[in-house]
Amino acid sequence: MSAGRPEDAQAVALRPYGEDALLVDVPDAERARALGRRLVAELPGLVVDAVPSAVSVLVRLAPGWPTEHARDVVAGLVAGPAADVAGPAADPAGAVVEIPVAYDGADLAEVAARCGLTPAEVVQRHTARTYTAAFAGFAPGFVYLEGLDPLLVLPRRDDPRTRVPAGSVAIAADHTAVYPRESPGGWHLLGRTDVAMFDAAADPPARVRPGDRVRFVAVNLDVDAAVDAAVDAGAGAGR
Amino acid sequence: MTRGRLRVVDPGPLTLTVDAGRRGMARWGVAPGGPFDRAASDRANALVGNDPAAATLEVLLGPLVLEATRAAVVAVTGPAAVRVGDLPVEVERPFAVPAGARLTVRAVGGARVWLAVAGGVDVPPVLGSRSRDTLAGLGPSPLAAGDVLPVGDAISPDRYAAAGQPSAVAVQHRVGASGSLAVELPVLPPPRPETLAPTAWDDLLRCAWTVAAECDRVAIRLRGEPALAAPEASAASEGLVAGAVQLPPSGLPLVFGPDHPLTGGYPVIGVVTASGLGELAQLRPGDGVRFVPR
Repeated sequence: MSAGRPEDAQAVALRPYGEDALLVDVPDAERARALGRRLVAELPGLVVDAVPSAVSVLVRLAPGWPTEHARDVVAGLVAGPAADVAGPAADPAGAVVEIPVAYDGADLAEVAARCGLTPAEVVQRHTARTYTAAFAGFAPGFVYLEGLDPLLVLPRRDDPRTRVPAGSVAIAADHTAVYPRESPGGWHLLGRTDVAMFDAAADPPARVRPGDRVRFVAVNLDVDAAVDAAVDAGAGAGR
Repeated sequence: MTRGRLRVVDPGPLTLTVDAGRRGMARWGVAPGGPFDRAASDRANALVGNDPAAATLEVLLGPLVLEATRAAVVAVTGPAAVRVGDLPVEVERPFAVPAGARLTVRAVGGARVWLAVAGGVDVPPVLGSRSRDTLAGLGPSPLAAGDVLPVGDAISPDRYAAAGQPSAVAVQHRVGASGSLAVELPVLPPPRPETLAPTAWDDLLRCAWTVAAECDRVAIRLRGEPALAAPEASAASEGLVAGAVQLPPSGLPLVFGPDHPLTGGYPVIGVVTASGLGELAQLRPGDGVRFVPR
């Protein structure tokens, strides 16, 4: 239930989330990013961090503030005349990041079958789009990328894998993403990249930041051979 | 000038450095982290006159065995048993560890205790913090035998006065007949009640839960009968906080700890308070849990 009708910023819902946080409903990730930036920049004594998503901004508050007071201050900024929740929200100029992918993922054949496409058509559609890095989440360097071809939209796997390899390029619902490190995961694996998505020693530490645009480039041209090899290798792990 | 060091003789099952955590890192996908029981870690720092930002050690079960290269002032908070050499020392107050002496710290009647050394544990920070994030694999590595931990100079003497009298451990556990804990976790209502079954809140409060085998700094999973009715639709991923009680499709709730994922997509059915997180930190598999509205 989204409360952010553009003509009615007052309707934006602020929800207490435990003792030291608020959730602010927003219509989309772009406005969430903009509102998160403003909250952190303009309320440094109150807001210690903001976590944007496609539906909300989680506002982490410095401990010790009375919730009601914090709510009033944040509400004032959210509903103020310059509120980005209701208006356009340009990201600072983002980079375009190209990510080379070997499309030989364990789920590529299954995704193709469920979408009524050939594996090569799945790859063609996945590489045809320029995605927008919507928000970071799950783990460091994991960025939800918006702009997936509607034909590739599938729900998450019923049986999440306990181990998804680092560099896996995957899709779930209307997002695509790269797994920065080996972790559990329920997304459909299309392929793998060698690009390091996160390096704590680098500045900035993440290869892709929210607001950037991302393109995937296939490095293996014979997708069908890769799919056959993956099937032969019994790559349907976890099935 | 050389400051003292603590040499790790035996790290026990898992000993981590923790501090106030990472602020303003959400845009890189990095969660705040920090001590499982922030109050206990803060108390340990205050007892030795440390700056609040100094790093402490979070000891899971123990025994952790350290050797001081130079005399050090130490405090341990939480349900701990502590020895210097063969002599037991009191918890929740500062004590001296002579040069060359061995310090042994175990958890008793709980799972985790916090150790502060005057000056702080001065391992190199990662992304602005000395906290280990076990989910992200970020921050100083867990302690290993042979490690030498530098002691810093994060002293703030006025803090010692503010620490006041040693307090009894705030957590009053009611130990059941089996020797396992039975704790009440204060819980606040969920942020999106309208997305949940009308009975979800009452069911959460009514059930007696048991801590499952999967319990760590990421999440404490619970078992119980009957499982709660899982919502039909999965929610959109959005930000999480430590203490969020999440209901996956299994109908068995889990409570997120300090190393929670930055975002999560299953419905949140309640939020445990900071004091409740301190209780959560002490739970071991088999312990009993009830949620009480705060």
